[in-house]
Amino acid sequence: MEQGLNTEPTILEMQSITKEFPGVKALDRVSLTVKANEIHAICGENGAGKSTLMKVLSGVYPYGTYEGDIVYEGKVVRFKDIKSSEAAGIVIIHQELALIPELSITENIFLGNEPGRGGVIDWVEAQKEATQLLARVGLDDDPDTQIKNIGVGKQQLVEIAKALNKNVKLLILDEPTAALNENDSQHLLDLILGLKSKGISSIMISHKLNEIEQIADEITIIRDGKSIETLNVKADGVDEDRIIRGMVGRTLGNRFPEHTAEIGEVFFEVRDWTVQHPLTAERLVVKNSSFTVRRGEVVGFAGLMGAGRTELAMSIFGRSYGKFLGGRVFKDGKEIKLRTVSEAIGHGIAYVSEDRKALGLNLLDTIKRSIVSAKLRKISRGDVVNEIQEAQISEEYRKSLRIKTPTVEEGVNKLSGGNQQKVVLAKWMFTDPDLLILDEPTRGIDVGAKAEIYGIIRDLAAQGKGIIMISSELPELLGVSDRIYTIFEGQITNELPVAQADPETLMRSMTSSSQKVVA
Amino acid sequence: MSAPVTEKKSGFDIRDLKNLFGGGGSLKQFGILGALVVIILIFQIWTGGKTLQPGNIINIVQQYSYILILAIGMVMVIIAGHIDLSVGSVAAFTGIIVALAMKDWNFPWWAAIILGLVVGALIGTWHGFWVAYIGVPAFIVTLAGMLIWRGGNQLIGDSATVPVEAGFQVIGKGYLPEVGPNFGVNNLTMLLGFLVVLVLIGLEVRGRRTRKVMGAAADPVWLSVLRVVILGGVVLVAAYLFATGRVGTSFPVSGIILAALVIGYSFLTNNTIIGRHIYAVGGNKHAAELSGVNSKRVNFFVMMNMSVLAALAGMIFVARSQASGPFDGVGWELDAIAAVFIGGAAVSGGIGTVAGSIIGGLVMAVLSNGLALKGIQSDLVQIIKGLVLLIAVGVDVYNKTQGRPSIIGLMTNRNKSGAAPTNDSTSNEVTPGGGTPDTVVPGDLRK
Repeated sequence: MEQGLNTEPTILEMQSITKEFPGVKALDRVSLTVKANEIHAICGENGAGKSTLMKVLSGVYPYGTYEGDIVYEGKVVRFKDIKSSEAAGIVIIHQELALIPELSITENIFLGNEPGRGGVIDWVEAQKEATQLLARVGLDDDPDTQIKNIGVGKQQLVEIAKALNKNVKLLILDEPTAALNENDSQHLLDLILGLKSKGISSIMISHKLNEIEQIADEITIIRDGKSIETLNVKADGVDEDRIIRGMVGRTLGNRFPEHTAEIGEVFFEVRDWTVQHPLTAERLVVKNSSFTVRRGEVVGFAGLMGAGRTELAMSIFGRSYGKFLGGRVFKDGKEIKLRTVSEAIGHGIAYVSEDRKALGLNLLDTIKRSIVSAKLRKISRGDVVNEIQEAQISEEYRKSLRIKTPTVEEGVNKLSGGNQQKVVLAKWMFTDPDLLILDEPTRGIDVGAKAEIYGIIRDLAAQGKGIIMISSELPELLGVSDRIYTIFEGQITNELPVAQADPETLMRSMTSSSQKVVA
Repeated sequence: MSAPVTEKKSGFDIRDLKNLFGGGGSLKQFGILGALVVIILIFQIWTGGKTLQPGNIINIVQQYSYILILAIGMVMVIIAGHIDLSVGSVAAFTGIIVALAMKDWNFPWWAAIILGLVVGALIGTWHGFWVAYIGVPAFIVTLAGMLIWRGGNQLIGDSATVPVEAGFQVIGKGYLPEVGPNFGVNNLTMLLGFLVVLVLIGLEVRGRRTRKVMGAAADPVWLSVLRVVILGGVVLVAAYLFATGRVGTSFPVSGIILAALVIGYSFLTNNTIIGRHIYAVGGNKHAAELSGVNSKRVNFFVMMNMSVLAALAGMIFVARSQASGPFDGVGWELDAIAAVFIGGAAVSGGIGTVAGSIIGGLVMAVLSNGLALKGIQSDLVQIIKGLVLLIAVGVDVYNKTQGRPSIIGLMTNRNKSGAAPTNDSTSNEVTPGGGTPDTVVPGDLRK
């Protein structure tokens, strides 16, 4: 980038990195150059090789298991594990936070790096340093607080404090805002910018292109294991569409599928649904919520994290969350009881969880077994599973949903996030549902796969199924839904046809209950 | 990733050899099977040929069938994420009741067997109730059970030994009878051997056809033939050995019971809904529940089933030793658990197979038998068995973290970039004690 605005020296140069797994070339001569005082974003679809590249850089894949050179601060470095990369000042913060819930903030920050002598920890010193580190990341919580008692947003900040304690010079953030709400995300982005002004460079992997556009100086785009291009955000006038074009290698046109919904009758209705927190009796997580779904309709549920969206959905799905206090469900005009998950499945309801690794899949299982797992009886005679049908059906889903895998015998743990999500969708489509509840169906998956998932959702609606889509991303709700409910503190605060909805209106209803009081 | 491989090229490729026994996910079983063969050969040489003499292999089957029966139940308990420490005591408790039923209450032997199974089921109901519906960890429930049923045995039997009648002894020390003309071998045993070979051929043919229908890659024909020849050969040699023992001996009845259970439970775990549900609950309980699996029922079933099998094992033991005593079954739980882990199950649940556990159990059995033949003292035998358990699982774990699934895998792995811990086709079969795969191996190699 000769014409780039950043004339700082180069801090990191990854030269022609190739990393092979048997049968797969995960990285093919990828190059990456990061300058001092820079925020460098890496963009690419899921499976493009972003995380693999970062694992090479941080020593998770040690020297010798890849080809190519890493030049860091002017010297060729050969990290043999994470410890050695951290000693050099390269710290990676993974998407799944690596904090121990039962330990305090201080204990977590100094875990593996405890101050003291001869194995005896100097807690006074630790406390003092922890307070300073917390101040640097803008946290004013008591450092004795247990991690489990602070929110995800603050936990992310503790991770950064932990990195600062290791004298980080190059911070790698893998999807740092994936689990954060908008406020916390903004705070985190500001912090990353602040660190930059203090001389700490960052490499950031994110699917949220608006965030990248906002804070990144340069963007390297990786596609199919190759580095495609490096863009300078200001000099090249980069915007989201430009990034997407690089990532998918084509213009996505409209990211959301064109659709003309043929919406039928109301067939599913929930009235006065109330759910209590599983542990705290006085806390109502869902209060008197009522809503309807029509055939062929995609109904969006907008709400900030913790608003009660997931809790509402899971408690309807066989009372899988909290304590049911009251409410009625009607399907096709008749009241139905959904006391267990099997009853819910039996009534044609499917729930795709927001947390596909913890709640959606058995990661030890193969693709084909996962796909049929929610309705084994459909391909069983007596109690014996027909393995031929199992293979044929999962093969059909592999093709129709374009699950990227050599065979359906593969373990689901080897798939990328987007493809895992397709397996979960296939699993629930296999149950022949009339109503699909999709909770954050595109969380943590890349733009290309997102577009495919949107297409699948609209196809399902076109088949006459009702869809409930819970999402934190307003553009996605506006692009895919036909009608949107907003939910705030367990109450449904607004209901809008998509034509009348815009981000500002939705956000207002998601942050206050004043607009419309639901009876 | 491109389109799936539908047909392999027909040429000879040494790498196909790793599919010889089960292929793909079962590589680990191949490793254990190889270890078993090596151990048998070592003892065969060391004991000067005594190990594979007819009398000795008959003895091995009779002496260890009940441990192997326990291993079948135990692997299911362990796949579901639990453990059962009570099996030895349950076996002893059932044994004394069955013995007393015949001696004092005049039960015929067949009614006593039914009674024994019912006792096992009731005990299993008790364990299952606490584990599944109250939520007490199985470790605690069965630790309590270990004490309760041992005490029960000694209370009911007055800490005395109670003999059992000859009719009952058949399930422990009986053999296939002599029928037909005398060829110098036991005809029924040989017939059984030939039947098994026919079944093997049938299964191979059916397997090939099934894979073709499923559109999956079938093994090359030479591999199928080689597999049938090796397995069939082993079966026929074994049958011949069993059929040519001392006059009056042949394939033991307890071996037949064991074989039937192995086949039945392999089918149950692989091909039935309850079997799938056991793996699902052990692999990810929350995901299973959100897929409509009743995890309580699954947990109840595995605990219940374990106690029924323990009762059966106890009865076979009593039948073989001709009496029920106060210290029957002491330490059995450890042998059964060791067999399961040597056979490749994971401490964290979700992984394990019946076949693997049986092979693991046979490793322990041949080892104990061979050391006994050499007159090694029991104190040393215990030390050696302990080390074997540790080394077997240790090698497994080490190979897994180094990305070397087995010796064959190593020989045929042409990938020159060296360690690739995540990417072999066996990586979804995590090692014993390995935890869930997303903690052991980065799951997503293409990201």
